[in-house]
Amino acid sequence: MRVRVLYFGVLREMAGIADEAAELADGATVGDLLGLLRARTSNTGMGNETEEDLIERLWRSLAVAVNREYGSASIVLREGDEVALLPPVSGGHRTSEKC
Amino acid sequence: MLIEIVDEPIGADAIVSGMKAGGDGAVCVFDGIVRDNTRGRRTLYLDYEAYREMALKQMRGLAEEAVENFRVRDVALVHRLGRLLVGETSVLIVVASAHRGAAFDACRWLIDTLKKTVPIWKKETFADGVVWADGEPFPAEFAVGPPAVERRGAAE
Repeated sequence: MRVRVLYFGVLREMAGIADEAAELADGATVGDLLGLLRARTSNTGMGNETEEDLIERLWRSLAVAVNREYGSASIVLREGDEVALLPPVSGGHRTSEKC
Repeated sequence: MLIEIVDEPIGADAIVSGMKAGGDGAVCVFDGIVRDNTRGRRTLYLDYEAYREMALKQMRGLAEEAVENFRVRDVALVHRLGRLLVGETSVLIVVASAHRGAAFDACRWLIDTLKKTVPIWKKETFADGVVWADGEPFPAEFAVGPPAVERRGAAE
């Protein structure tokens, strides 16, 4: 089956694309898709150690939306699903300081 | 309820006056603006982007939850995207209510929750560099956990 993968923010910039199609086995979960994408980025051999750490931290902190709803790694995907990879959100007016 | 994601400047005054009704005793406004620095680094501008359809859906859900849980009469939630300069409004929250306590509480809850769950991101351009702002960690129920890396070729 095919699903559509969307990238946002720093993930979009790292991927170099905003979206792509991914081919998965029937019954594949969100976790399976993430494993596949993760393996691809870890095999590029690009980037120095600091960048690798950053990427690792990002992978640990992201959330996933399936068809525009937050979802967990165990969700079983279906043909045509829209799966978005979301870095921690930073909308609003300020960064990490508390007012 | 007025729930919008816009690409132009937010007309805060018009939105605030449009929210007032006879039964209201309070209108609480949160006007989030672009600050001129982050931890001492001088900010030139911010670029906001969103997963637009999902962000709108999330914002609608938050506004409905606020009305329900805080018993306020009405909520406006407007976020702007694109390039914003220092002093410009990125997010405007207006809560109208019969009583001030509920208006303050709902307003505070809305901005705090929006910043954790609504899929909007910003990139900061400083006088001396560019970074994607560190987001707030997702609430635990949204975390997917680190994906298992396929063993082939990953380990040395």
